Amino acid sequence: MAVRRLHPDQPATFAFTAENLAWAENRIAQYPPGKQASAVIPLLWKAQEQEGWTTEPAIRAVADMLGMAYIRVYEIATFYTMFQLSPVGRKAHFQVCGTTPCMLRGSEGLMDVCRARVHHDPHHLSADGDFSWEEVECIGACANAPVVQIGKDVWEDLTPEGFGKVIDAFADGKPPTPGSQTGRTASSPAGGATTLTDPALYDGAKAGGWQRQFAEREAAAAEAAAKAAAAPPKA
Amino acid sequence: MLADKDRIFTNIYGFHDTSLAGARKRGLWDDTKRLIDKGHDWIINEVKASGLRGRGGAGFPTGLKWSFMPKNDPRPSYLVVNGDESEPGSCKDREILRHDPHHLVEGCLLASFAMRAHTCFVYIRGEFIREREALERAVKEAYDARLIGKNNIHGWDFDLVVHHGAGAYICGEETALLESLEGKKGQPRLKPPFPANTGLYGSPTTVNNVESIAVVPTILRRGSAWFSGIGRPNNTGTKLFQISGHVNKPCVVEEAMSIPLRELLEKHAGGVRGGWDNLLAVIPGGSSMPCIAAGDCQELLMDFDSMSALKSGLGTAAVIVMDKSTDIIKAFARIAYFYKHESCGQCTPCREGVAWIWRLMERMSKGEAEKSEIDLLFNVTKQVEGHTICAFGEGAVWPIQGFLRNFRTVIEERIDHRIAAEAREAAE
Repeated sequence: MAVRRLHPDQPATFAFTAENLAWAENRIAQYPPGKQASAVIPLLWKAQEQEGWTTEPAIRAVADMLGMAYIRVYEIATFYTMFQLSPVGRKAHFQVCGTTPCMLRGSEGLMDVCRARVHHDPHHLSADGDFSWEEVECIGACANAPVVQIGKDVWEDLTPEGFGKVIDAFADGKPPTPGSQTGRTASSPAGGATTLTDPALYDGAKAGGWQRQFAEREAAAAEAAAKAAAAPPKA
Repeated sequence: MLADKDRIFTNIYGFHDTSLAGARKRGLWDDTKRLIDKGHDWIINEVKASGLRGRGGAGFPTGLKWSFMPKNDPRPSYLVVNGDESEPGSCKDREILRHDPHHLVEGCLLASFAMRAHTCFVYIRGEFIREREALERAVKEAYDARLIGKNNIHGWDFDLVVHHGAGAYICGEETALLESLEGKKGQPRLKPPFPANTGLYGSPTTVNNVESIAVVPTILRRGSAWFSGIGRPNNTGTKLFQISGHVNKPCVVEEAMSIPLRELLEKHAGGVRGGWDNLLAVIPGGSSMPCIAAGDCQELLMDFDSMSALKSGLGTAAVIVMDKSTDIIKAFARIAYFYKHESCGQCTPCREGVAWIWRLMERMSKGEAEKSEIDLLFNVTKQVEGHTICAFGEGAVWPIQGFLRNFRTVIEERIDHRIAAEAREAAE
């Protein structure tokens, strides 16, 4: 477990923008009547997207919208670690995966970069307020380790030097293209895929190709059933 | 090696069009009505006959699980798809969601129909934001083409809701996932009652992994015999393997179940860094599966039965490779930290035990432990195992047990080294 508390300095109020409010109402409607509490994570997440972090007034507002006790939404905000309970960097918040598959491929070096360039400690703003960082548990991109999530995207196959360049680009307000930083596509092996090279998979012939064999299996099954029905009953 | 024509996920790297049009060209959503017309029980029987075992880690037979759903129940039935992929090493559902999402959407319709469910929720981990957007696009395309939704062309009213979490590994446990989906902390429920009886919103519910559902359309089209003919008996079909750590070319790849580990690593992942003889150990199925030392890897087959013969498990088939440069104690201390961080805190043996294990592992990695503590560590893992509501307890201590079975001497050597260094310092 991780001990997580609300930040001591909170804004006075929270209100969804008109656009986000409409989105939230649509979201709530996707769950069965009376089960609107199901929307609590999506709504808190939208509030965080709007404010940059999860504030106490936002927790109260979401609770009021969903007819939930404040303490129940407080529980959600403190249980789920993607809710940032203190302000994050204006330009970027670096989430460095430190779990074993990333560690084996050098994530400790990436965290050293954060310590040197952002702040010695996680969850603290850099001196200029532009950046913050934290170590996160498995991001789920292990075949592209080590990885750093920034906002909605993941930068993969990083080295300390490459990560430094990513930080430079964010500082300049021009985020580089996410994904693998070594040029490979997604999680295909470097140097080219070892599978899925048969052009017949992609010429459209696959569609419909199964029907004949499917009909043959159906016919065989029907024949077997007829034979079983015609067979004399066992004594 | 599996032939390309027998691969299910033909766009797993996203080289091709991920839209509905592209998916159709690759054979999806092709006369799905014909499969639906075969009836609920036919689908369940085909999935049973295919030998498909759950791809989320436990390997429970998928068709059998579906058959537990009540048939004449006044409550609504639900299919819930577990896309809370968070086990260190696992990164396959991510590729299905962002590159081949129509396998999943079509699979959700077919599986829901088989279990007489009109609503399906797909729960995706919060971090997978782009992946969720990709699935939402695919779902919208399916609604717009009236493949799903009310009064769709398949004659089975069906709604699919994409839901997400916000960072909690425990929500991959099926009852914690249901709690989370209901808007609560993700803390597992006591079983029984099982979800098939009392699941989401108190209704009959089946929870399946993304990959388990996404392979269903292809199994039904090509036939259970095709799927069960791949791999070994009781370990059938194709599988997305995820190879990370100390290999030359880490990757995700679909291969035949029961492929030898060495072949998997050398054909697709460029082999172990520094050569096969430089292998120290592998974790074969994600961080909760006990490691297997290099000596047992030579002939190792990647399937459920061969792993359990070595007191490990196939898990999600996420292979974490460690070469001889690895500080093995530190690697497992980091795994212990992961479980310490992710314990939901509900059961005391897990909450306290896993944190204790992590602290001791940190000391051991520096040699700052006593040899008597090695047996104590094993003892504590046994007190966590089997004494928690959910399998998180086992998942947290099995890797430590496997580590102790295989690498006890490394801990002892490090302690000896520390004692010798202290003695030298004292003498100086």
